[in-house]
Amino acid sequence: RQRTRPQLLRAENTMLNTSTKTPTGGFSFENTRRNAVLEANLSEKGYSAPNARKTGTTIAGLIFKDGVILGADTRATDDMVVADKNCMKIHYIAPKIYCCGAGVAADAEVTTQMMSSNVELHSLSTGRPPLVAMVTRQLKQMLFRYQGHIGSSLIVGGVDVNGPQLYSVYPHGSYDKLPFLTMGSGAASAVSVFEDRYKPNMELEEAKQLVRDAITAGIFCDLGSGSNVDLCVITEKTVDYLRGYDQPVQKGLREGTYRYKPGTTAVLTKTVTPLPLDVVDESVQVMDTE
Amino acid sequence: MSEELFPEPEWLSEEVKTGTTIIAVTFDGGVVLGSDSRVSAGEAVVNRVMNKLSPLHDKIYCALSGSAADAQTIAEIVNYQLDVHSIEVEDDPLVCSAATLVKNISYKYKEELSAHLIVAGWDKKKGGQVYATLSGLLTSQPFAIGGSGSFYINGFVDAEYRKNMTKRECQEFVVNALTLAMGRDGSSGGVAYVVTIDKDGAEEKCVLGNELPKFFDQ
Repeated sequence: RQRTRPQLLRAENTMLNTSTKTPTGGFSFENTRRNAVLEANLSEKGYSAPNARKTGTTIAGLIFKDGVILGADTRATDDMVVADKNCMKIHYIAPKIYCCGAGVAADAEVTTQMMSSNVELHSLSTGRPPLVAMVTRQLKQMLFRYQGHIGSSLIVGGVDVNGPQLYSVYPHGSYDKLPFLTMGSGAASAVSVFEDRYKPNMELEEAKQLVRDAITAGIFCDLGSGSNVDLCVITEKTVDYLRGYDQPVQKGLREGTYRYKPGTTAVLTKTVTPLPLDVVDESVQVMDTE
Repeated sequence: MSEELFPEPEWLSEEVKTGTTIIAVTFDGGVVLGSDSRVSAGEAVVNRVMNKLSPLHDKIYCALSGSAADAQTIAEIVNYQLDVHSIEVEDDPLVCSAATLVKNISYKYKEELSAHLIVAGWDKKKGGQVYATLSGLLTSQPFAIGGSGSFYINGFVDAEYRKNMTKRECQEFVVNALTLAMGRDGSSGGVAYVVTIDKDGAEEKCVLGNELPKFFDQ
């Protein structure tokens, strides 16, 4: 399936508004054979090609009485090392639509940025505020075109004329519409909290607490998630981006100190050698400031 | 320096499949479609309430199985193509047209796609019809089953199907078949969705897990 590019979606796009360019095909895999040979040469010498950095995430979303709440942890990992202790995984798409991204960090970031600009163009063309379903459709069509090679799993949530909605989009291009969703490596831990305590039409504070608890479950029970909990509350009237809403993991306090008192090490001898410097050459360069 | 300390769950990168049981049956005056509601990615269930009966038109539905992305995309494209077609002919489309559109995509992209759709509906020319479009073939049948769970109920449907069932009997037949398949297939489960289509339109119903019929189960 890697070598061929289904062009199923071209016909559909020609009839719709043309403010966003009709894309053609997915990735080109012409160089894969050459790359495989190069990588074999590299590993002979003991090196290995770098891996794409994954976010190793817990993201979650739920619909409550007045709108949608999206939540995410803030750790980005590079294999075994934490690359970013406080990264932002909740991305802006439109004034009332936000998107959480999991999977390969670069893919999630760039995909959401592309979507944000496409959505702006589309909504200028239609003259109406964007629909969450439209964002989901564009996302899934793009991911399907790349047949899963763009490794981003996304949760899209927002409020539009049809009310609050929540969609999840998978790397291969399938989507689900549900009242609560979790994604990422910590999804299993987070969804168990939701399955236990979710009720339809919850109040704001109760819903925020539930999302916070779900993300915290991911932070504690999954090695790839950690640091803080970010929340984004979207209602018809307002959007509240609560960065660093909760910090379940506090940095430990050091009990002792590694400082040594001055005088701990005895000075036996002291020698001072002055280094005389002569001016050899002096030149002035005038900067053009007109 | 081992990857096992922090292994990423395999289902994150696995393709999402619907691993399903779908069934469609004709009766005099219409069709009944049924599906389970489980969507799996590897060994994890990612959606336990997905409705796999997708409308292609007012009185034509299709049942999705196989890869979730492929099946959803085919259904969306055929929905669009049918809309255009029905405007061109200025009438409701025939079930055969819908099935042919699905078959065209399934056949042309046979190597790339792995989804199987059963198309069923009612039109005024031939009444209720069921079409199977597996791998790009197109065949009209009195009933059709599909998905991973269908293997477990082949014997049941062959033995229990009778011609000239009433609408009520068809619905029971569909629910019984789904229940038996969900009981034996690990990739099928959740609730049962049943859609009945006749000349008056489509009626959707959801049968919850505890309302399903009970069979011998120790």
